[in-house]
Order: sequence, then structure tokens, then C-alpha cells
Amino acid sequence: MSAVPEAGLSRKVVERASSGQRTKDLMFRLALLFSVSVGFVVLAALVLDVMIDGASRVSLDFITSFPSRISPESTGVKSALIGTIYLMVLCAVFIVPVGVATAVYLEEYANRDSRLSRLIEVNIQNLAAVPSVVYGILGLAFIVRGPLGLGPVLLAGALTLGLLVLPVVIIVSREAIRAVPSSIREGSLALGATQWQTIWKQVLPGALPGIATGVILALSRAIGETAPLLVIGAATFARFNPEGITDRFTAMPLAIFEFISDADTEFRAAGAAAIIVLLALLVVMNAGAIFLRNRYERKW
Amino acid sequence: MEATSAGATGAPRPDLYRTRTRRSTGEAAIRYALLAAALVSVLTTTGIVFSLLEETVVFFGDVGVGEFLSGTKWTPLAGGESQSFGVVPLVFDTLYLTGIGLLVAIPFGIGSAIYLSEYASPRVRRILKPVLEVLSGVPTIVFGYFALTFVTPEILKGLGLEVGSFNALSAGLVLGVLVLPTIATVADDALTAVPGSLREGAFGLGASRMQVSVRVVLPAALSGVVAALVLGASRAVGETVIILVAGGQKADLTLDPTVAMQNMAAFIAAASRADIPTSGPEYGAIFAVGTTLFVMTLVLNAISIRFVRKYRQVYE
Repeated sequence: MSAVPEAGLSRKVVERASSGQRTKDLMFRLALLFSVSVGFVVLAALVLDVMIDGASRVSLDFITSFPSRISPESTGVKSALIGTIYLMVLCAVFIVPVGVATAVYLEEYANRDSRLSRLIEVNIQNLAAVPSVVYGILGLAFIVRGPLGLGPVLLAGALTLGLLVLPVVIIVSREAIRAVPSSIREGSLALGATQWQTIWKQVLPGALPGIATGVILALSRAIGETAPLLVIGAATFARFNPEGITDRFTAMPLAIFEFISDADTEFRAAGAAAIIVLLALLVVMNAGAIFLRNRYERKW
Repeated sequence: MEATSAGATGAPRPDLYRTRTRRSTGEAAIRYALLAAALVSVLTTTGIVFSLLEETVVFFGDVGVGEFLSGTKWTPLAGGESQSFGVVPLVFDTLYLTGIGLLVAIPFGIGSAIYLSEYASPRVRRILKPVLEVLSGVPTIVFGYFALTFVTPEILKGLGLEVGSFNALSAGLVLGVLVLPTIATVADDALTAVPGSLREGAFGLGASRMQVSVRVVLPAALSGVVAALVLGASRAVGETVIILVAGGQKADLTLDPTVAMQNMAAFIAAASRADIPTSGPEYGAIFAVGTTLFVMTLVLNAISIRFVRKYRQVYE
């Protein structure tokens, strides 16, 4: 790429800038507008489709009833919603300390050029691109069976999802920490604070809004994941709520999967209703993230 | 994303701490605790590799690498004589579905990126980009529902196509919409990283906006745009639920997009739910396919990283 295309910018460009070019330009602009609209049209169609199919089924009863295999009118997502909320909390308990600590280590302590920190960085980059179903295999072989042998319980699901979204938390937290100007650190150190005091009392508070946003985004990705939970053997149908972290569980995406795997349109409508509940939860979380970002993010 | 690329290669912060002596053992302990947390991600990778390889090795003891990699019949869950572990059809279907997806995602993804970076006003851009990101935040099970209950019956059958209720076309098209935002946002980052002076030079010579976009900016950002495409392909290869819900449950060597197709990820999810003994080759097949998928995405990711580095070196 040493030849930055000055050379390619040859005579042709100049010659063509004539009247015929106008129409071509217009067509090109229209084609681009069409491209952009594809994403939006599909998003709109998707939301509309789900709304038309499922809106009439969303009710308080739907959220507070256990699922049913026999009666699509009385089926609900109680166990799945509770499972998803448990998963979210457990997942947060795992990813916040580990993710933030990793980010602090890489930004504040690691020598950028050392082999170890390069290894960690490349590793995180690669992990972010591993398909979620492969994390399911990890969860199945290491957490559900194998060394940890927890079985397909809440804790196993939360750990699997946590490992899956950990790269997101690390990457976003690093950006937030990096955005805290070094003058803040210099000031703190000059006043006699230790490195850790500087990080704990100056850097992390300054980076908090960014970190919180990242955690919320990671959690909203985690609760939308279906594949890893399917692979670790979590229930797709459960007429019970998990009571503790070592109980079996189901979650919203799994309940949706169960509903829409049924050929019966009534059950599929219940699936659409469950999608509305899940999307509503995600909208609330994302709105929270945007609020945090706009309200607390500091411009240094 | 711009912040990332700018920050990552910005001037390194002066190393404030290194010149200080450690105050106490407490400070050192904290350092090691943080390092331990950072090693969790390395352990994750190690765990993934081990969990895949352990069973894969056992599987190859049963089935044989040659039969797996060159066999053209994939019926691992069928009993008795008709059981066969040739992965070729499954890999083929995975690539075929990815191909259909990319046919949608590449033109519209790059079109969106050019629009965002070269045509949209900053205000429009500020609105459009987040909405595109919302699209990539929709859980894939929702896309699966959309493919199954809308694209197949309403659009494809509406157009008079004779498709099955599970078919590759619907799953592939929706897969394309799933990766479109990935391609659009990463390509947009690459295009906006092209220095304004190149555009100004071309405009100064009388080039139109289209000529500037297509002949100057796009070639200048080519490696970044290719990275975006490879990343999109890697997402599509690894997607599970859309294919599981709308694509179907079998993998055959066929070019017919109107029949059911399964990809590797969907096989893993389907097989791990099936009632199979955890000691036989059926169980091992999950891991052997997992290894194949892992290697494929790793290679795609490595290619993408290489291309990204290339464009960073040129302009930053």
C-alpha cells in the first residue's frame, strides 16, 4: 500500500467530469440511499412482524404464567424471564470484576511491548471473534461436565455467557480508562498517592460511566444469546423457577426457541409475544446505557 | 469506533509509574491480582482448545481424519448402516449459506458505509449509525423468527418461489441482514480514516462526489474494507440460531437454495440437544465440527486483523 492512489487519480477523473456524469452521480447517490435503507426497512419489518403476531398475547398473565405445552392461550414466560434476570445478575457479578481488572492491568500496569501483554491482547481480539456456539462447547466440556461438573445449572449458564461477553467489557473498559487524561494521574502521583490509590480514587471514578455503559451492552448481548445455552443443555421448557445458583433453569431466548419450534401458529404467536418481552427488556437496558453515557460522561 | 482506532495507535502515555519504586507489598499484590484477572482470557482460549481437542482426538480414533474431511455424506445422527461422518456437505452448506448472506451484506453494507462516510451530513450520520448498531444488537433468535415466519412464507412464497418451510434462501438472506451492520460500521471506519486531503485533491481536479468515493476513497481504504468483509464472513460462518430455526436440519451437497440446509454451528446446537450417548462418535462429531468451525473463524479473523493493520500503518 505504499502507492497511495495519487497515481490512480489519473486523467480519467478530470475528463469524465462532464454532463453525463451528473446522471451517473444521481443514480449512485440513489443506490447508496437504497443500501442504507435496507437495514432500516428490515429492522422496521422485523419489529412490525413481531408486533402483529405477538402484541395481542403480551399481558401480565403472559409474564406471570409458567409455559404450557397443551394450551397456547395460557402459556407464559415466567420461568424464562426469572431465569434471564438471574443470569444477568450472576453474569454481572462475574464480568465486572474480571473485565475491569483486566482492563486496568492492560492500560495501567502492563508494559505494552512485553510478550505477555501482547499475548493477552491478541488473545482478547481472537476471543471476540469466536462463534458463540463454541463457547457453548467450552461450557459443556469444562463447566457442565468435566473439571467443574456443575451440570446445566444457572451458575454454569452465567459463567459460559460471562466468558462469551468478557471481551466486550474489557475492550470498552480499556477505552474508558484510556480516555482519562494522564494529567489526572500525574496530579495524583505528585501529591504522593500510590499507583493503586491513583487508579482507585482517580482513574476508575473518571472511567466509570464508560465502563458501566460497556457492562450494560455486554449484558444485553449475553441475555440475547441462544446458542451457548442450547449447547450446555439448559432447559427450553421449565414449569419451575430456579431457586438458587445450582438449580436448573431456562431463559427468554430458549423459551422463544421452544415456542417457535412448534409448528402451531398459536404457539408461534406466543413466541412473538416472548420476543416482544425480550426486546422490551433490551430497549430498557440500552436506554439506560445511553442515559448513563449522556448524563455522566465527562469531556476532559 | 473511531476513538478506538485513534486511541490504539496514539502516542504512548509517558510511563509515569515505572520510574517510581514500589511503596509496599500491597501494591505488588494488587498488580498480581490484576494480572491474574487478565489471564482469565488466556485460560478461556486454552480451555476452548482443550475442550475441543480432547473429544476430537477420541472421535478421530473412531472415525478417521480422512473419512471426516473427505467424506461426502453427513448423517452423523442416523443409526446403523446409514450413519456417515463425511463433513464435506456440512462445510459446503456453511459456505453456501454464508455466500447467500454476503451477496446481500457486501453491496448494501459497503453502500451504507460509503453513504455514511462520504455523503451523509454529520447530523444524519449521528442518527443513522446508532440505528444500524441497534440492528446488530437484535438477538439472533429474533432474526430466526423473522426468517421462519415472514421471509419464507410471506416474501419467498409470495414471490412464487417453491421453497420448503425450512430453506437455505430465507436463512441465508436474513443471515446477510445480520452481518450487514458489521460490514457497514467497520468499512465506514476505514473510509473515514482516509485523510481529507486525498478527497480535496480529487475535488480540486474536478472530480464528482461519486468519482471521489469510488476511485479515490474506496481504493485508499481497500484493506480496511476487505477486513470488514472478512469479519462479516466470519460472523456469518459462525451464526447458529438463524440457521437452526429457519435453515433446517440436514446437510446435503446441493446448489438448490430452496431446500433445507444446515451449517456447522447449527449442527452443534442441534446435536447437543439430541438424545445421544456421550461416549459414541455422535457425541465426538459435535467436537470435531466445533474444531473445524473454530479453525475456520480463527483463520478469517487473522486475515481480517492483518488487513486492518495494513490500513492503519498507511494513514495513522
